[in-house]
Amino acid sequence: MSNILETPSDRLLEAVRSLLTAKGHMTTEDIAERIRITDGGSPAQGARMVARAWTDPDYKALMLRDGTMAAEAMAIPMRGLPPLGVLEDTDEVHNLVVCTLCSCYPRAVLGYPPFWFKSAAYRARAVRDPRGLLGEWGTVLPDGMKLRVVDSTADYRWMVLPRRPTGTEGWSAEQLAAIVREGDMIGVTLPAIG
Amino acid sequence: MFAPGTQVRVKNDWPELRGPCHIRTPHYVRGETGVVVRHLGDFPNPEDLAFARPAAVRPLYHVRFDPKPFWPEGAAPDELVIEIFDHWLEAA
Repeated sequence: MSNILETPSDRLLEAVRSLLTAKGHMTTEDIAERIRITDGGSPAQGARMVARAWTDPDYKALMLRDGTMAAEAMAIPMRGLPPLGVLEDTDEVHNLVVCTLCSCYPRAVLGYPPFWFKSAAYRARAVRDPRGLLGEWGTVLPDGMKLRVVDSTADYRWMVLPRRPTGTEGWSAEQLAAIVREGDMIGVTLPAIG
Repeated sequence: MFAPGTQVRVKNDWPELRGPCHIRTPHYVRGETGVVVRHLGDFPNPEDLAFARPAAVRPLYHVRFDPKPFWPEGAAPDELVIEIFDHWLEAA
């Protein structure tokens, strides 16, 4: 038997898939379904939720109360996934999400985490020097705005509902969704026009 | 159970020193005092799940800390909110 650390990852993956089905934990159809759902996660999904929250007060209230239900209301599959919590940016508070322990991330609504989200540097600096970190992203908070860092350590997954930029009055939800980026929903950047 | 607004202290416990474990409480808040924001729900204890042991369902809270005392030298956030399980908290 070869060293597991030196085994090619595709062979390990095939072994795990075979064991899952052989032991009756999942069928090959279940695995295909999970892959399809995982691949369907992307920042565009979260952006649709943000844009709707900016244009529909009832939806915004639902999103802040129960992010999982709000995602499902946009036909985003959430079954079997950790609950989604939504952190609202206001005139007084800016939210920044990190997982200092690993890389917990709301994949159903934001997709795969960006590489830097998993880096030791981001994870350490987000709690220790977040204003310096935001500065490197070009994100400067107004004087007096409270910076709240949310360390995603356990069973919830968190996304930020950023503030709607000025100058977008009258825009449709589709136009608004197009300006919401991944970083805006993590809290490292702010939505901007153009 | 802890009501929102309750002052709590994170236990100053280091199971890492006693053997293999899987802990969802970051080192930097062990022994620190914070305030319960709200009860998020009840979840199987990840410390048992990680080892495929039967896992009791435990309350999970959002707890708010003033992080400045942890890292006085940096531009610390104004507040830090962390998910912490009930069995890591004691009334402060």
